[in-house]
Amino acid sequence: MAQPGLDKRTQTKVEDQSSLKGTLASVFLLGFFLIITWVGVFLLFVNRF
Amino acid sequence: MHIHKFEKIWLIFGVATLLVFLSVIGVSAFYLGNQPPSCLATINPEKVDTTAPFDKPGLNKVEGKEWDYELVFVASAFNYTPGEVEVPLGAKVKVIATTKDVVHGFNAAGTNINMMLEPGYISELVTTFDKAGEFLIVCNEYCGAGHHLMSSMIKVVE
Amino acid sequence: MSSFTEKIKKVDPRDAKLGMAHFYVAFIGLFIGGMAGLLQTLVRSGQYTLPAGIGYYQLLTLHGVVLALVMTTYFIMGFQLVAVSRTAGTLSNKQRTTAWIGFWLMTIGTVMAAVMILLNEASVLYTFYAPLQAHALFYVGLTLVIAGSWLGSAAIIMAYVAWRKQNPGQPSPLLTFMALVNTLMWVVATIGVASTVLFQLLPWSLGIVERVDVAVSRTLFWYFGHPLVYFWLLPAYMAWYVVVPKIIGGKIFSDSLARLSFILFLLFSIPVGFHHQLMEPGIDAAWKFLQVVLTFLVIIPSLMTAFSLFATFETFGRSKGATGLFGWLKELPWGDARFLIPFIGMLSFIPGGAGGIINASNQMNQVVHNTIWVTGHFHLTVATAVILTFFGISYWLIPHLTGRTLTKAMNKLAILQGVLWAIGMTFMSGAMHAAGLLGAPRRSAFSEYGGAAQAAEWIPYQIAQAVGGSILFIAIILVLYIFINLAFFAPKGEEEFPVGEAANLAEKAPMVLENWKLWLGIVVLLIAFAYTIPFIDLIENAPIGSKGYKLW
Repeated sequence: MAQPGLDKRTQTKVEDQSSLKGTLASVFLLGFFLIITWVGVFLLFVNRF
Repeated sequence: MHIHKFEKIWLIFGVATLLVFLSVIGVSAFYLGNQPPSCLATINPEKVDTTAPFDKPGLNKVEGKEWDYELVFVASAFNYTPGEVEVPLGAKVKVIATTKDVVHGFNAAGTNINMMLEPGYISELVTTFDKAGEFLIVCNEYCGAGHHLMSSMIKVVE
Repeated sequence: MSSFTEKIKKVDPRDAKLGMAHFYVAFIGLFIGGMAGLLQTLVRSGQYTLPAGIGYYQLLTLHGVVLALVMTTYFIMGFQLVAVSRTAGTLSNKQRTTAWIGFWLMTIGTVMAAVMILLNEASVLYTFYAPLQAHALFYVGLTLVIAGSWLGSAAIIMAYVAWRKQNPGQPSPLLTFMALVNTLMWVVATIGVASTVLFQLLPWSLGIVERVDVAVSRTLFWYFGHPLVYFWLLPAYMAWYVVVPKIIGGKIFSDSLARLSFILFLLFSIPVGFHHQLMEPGIDAAWKFLQVVLTFLVIIPSLMTAFSLFATFETFGRSKGATGLFGWLKELPWGDARFLIPFIGMLSFIPGGAGGIINASNQMNQVVHNTIWVTGHFHLTVATAVILTFFGISYWLIPHLTGRTLTKAMNKLAILQGVLWAIGMTFMSGAMHAAGLLGAPRRSAFSEYGGAAQAAEWIPYQIAQAVGGSILFIAIILVLYIFINLAFFAPKGEEEFPVGEAANLAEKAPMVLENWKLWLGIVVLLIAFAYTIPFIDLIENAPIGSKGYKLW
């Protein structure tokens, strides 16, 4: 169970952000993966007749 | 409804990415003419063999059009007519195809020539054959017991 | 709300029985469909020929119908019914009876369709595209499956309405809300497939009408076909949003945002069917692009979901004292199959979703349309993300319903099952994606295409698919072994039905999210916007219809 003292996510805005930096990094990695795969197939489309 | 600041950043980034994707394919489709095949023309599927241009399957030179050749295919279970065709390298070609019976696919493997053939409809696509080689056409929509034997071959030659 | 859900910890035995009836059929379907899938990959490797006059396409029809239509629908109906019973209270007798009638209708329909497939009277694949014409009883069977699912849906809707009446002004329990959204989406979507089956294919197969309009039938099918994939996905999202946080000992990141994402799925899952018809000749390119734009909107709730899940995991890990950017990953309960199996499912949805965006990207679909890339794609989404999550649910839900427990030994076996699935699917789906980019077609038996050089390049990938398929079949055997253990042999005891709590209980979900007149009104408007004009065009410019063909 979450320890109330450590779960400061909803308390103040500053701590709110610092505690989810791993999440932000993770979703951006996901986003870059989406972009790389999409661009890859788009280039296939452009290079083929 | 409370939305975390990082989630806002992520959603703005994500939505912006999607907008870029849509803009790229939108410009490519509507300004550069790379629309997915959407011919809209209809035909009586029982009279394909006597309806132009399907009465002359194969590569036909044309004059006064934006393309140099028309490459006409007739599909039926389980073959394409013609079963093999040569196309000169660099030719700008309108590929025109239809089916006499059930739904078939029409995909020249390794190219963007990929369209559904549906009874009653004509499928078209304009492209420039700018790579030499042999391109296998496969039926990629299930059409019956011989589906996997249904193929043709485009040879792009210099 | 939370104190209310806490009181009902255990699903009533009568509802448990209803749920288990659905799960028995689902897991029998898994065995039959999985066996068919294994044989298909072996055939396509070129090393194996089917015995006893079984046709490849007969087998493929069985695989698709039994897994994509039957197994999923039964599991989802069963899961949603017990989830509503667990969170909104035991079903009333009337609700339960309605659901039972639905169950039996679906089962009669399933048996009819299966018999027709086994008699080789319906080798039309699970999409049954006209003018290939199956036996009329195949279409009758499908109609009964849908009609039965409507009764199960009615039970869920009735239970929701009853809860709202008893709790005026309160947001419904989150799992109940989500089950309701998925149910409403299902009902609106199935109108399309029911229309083409009842008004086009059935009269045509009976000989009452001679011809069928192929393009209209396909359009009605795909009006249903895309929300169908979200109907599979949303129960997995229910587990990811609500169940997994409780299993790891954390909290739901945001109750309101979870609800909002489900509403967005309801709105944008349906008016997008054209992205399955991008290569079709009869639909105007501008309308195709419009539905492509709407398809991209349905990506947004999945982006929200990704954030919420990572945030749940990180918040939990940090509450355990994790530091650094990714230190929280170490705190997650990797040894718990109830967490690990759905987690593998979540991971597989990343490449699954990436492939989906590519498929939906208008003309880019020309690169992959009807190649085996597509098969690889939906084996990541439905056959990994969704199905692994369903397995993960089963590992606590089956013992919960049968009054047994998931033992340590079974938990280990379940972890092995999940790992095997990941390995097998990496081989199979990976090889499918690669071969698809080279042009290898989906839905095709082994063929050398007259010795064509390109076709020869595909064969090594097909062998890799058979290796992956074999590993996956071993995993299916493990699933079935665990299922039978949990249903009949595991030690008696109490297994928890985990239902998570929101991190911020003070934040009440906005009641506008439960305003169904509003949301269903927007659903209808969006469908009308996306479909009315192109549908009228299809009918007005229709060519002469097609007679039926039986080409197998």
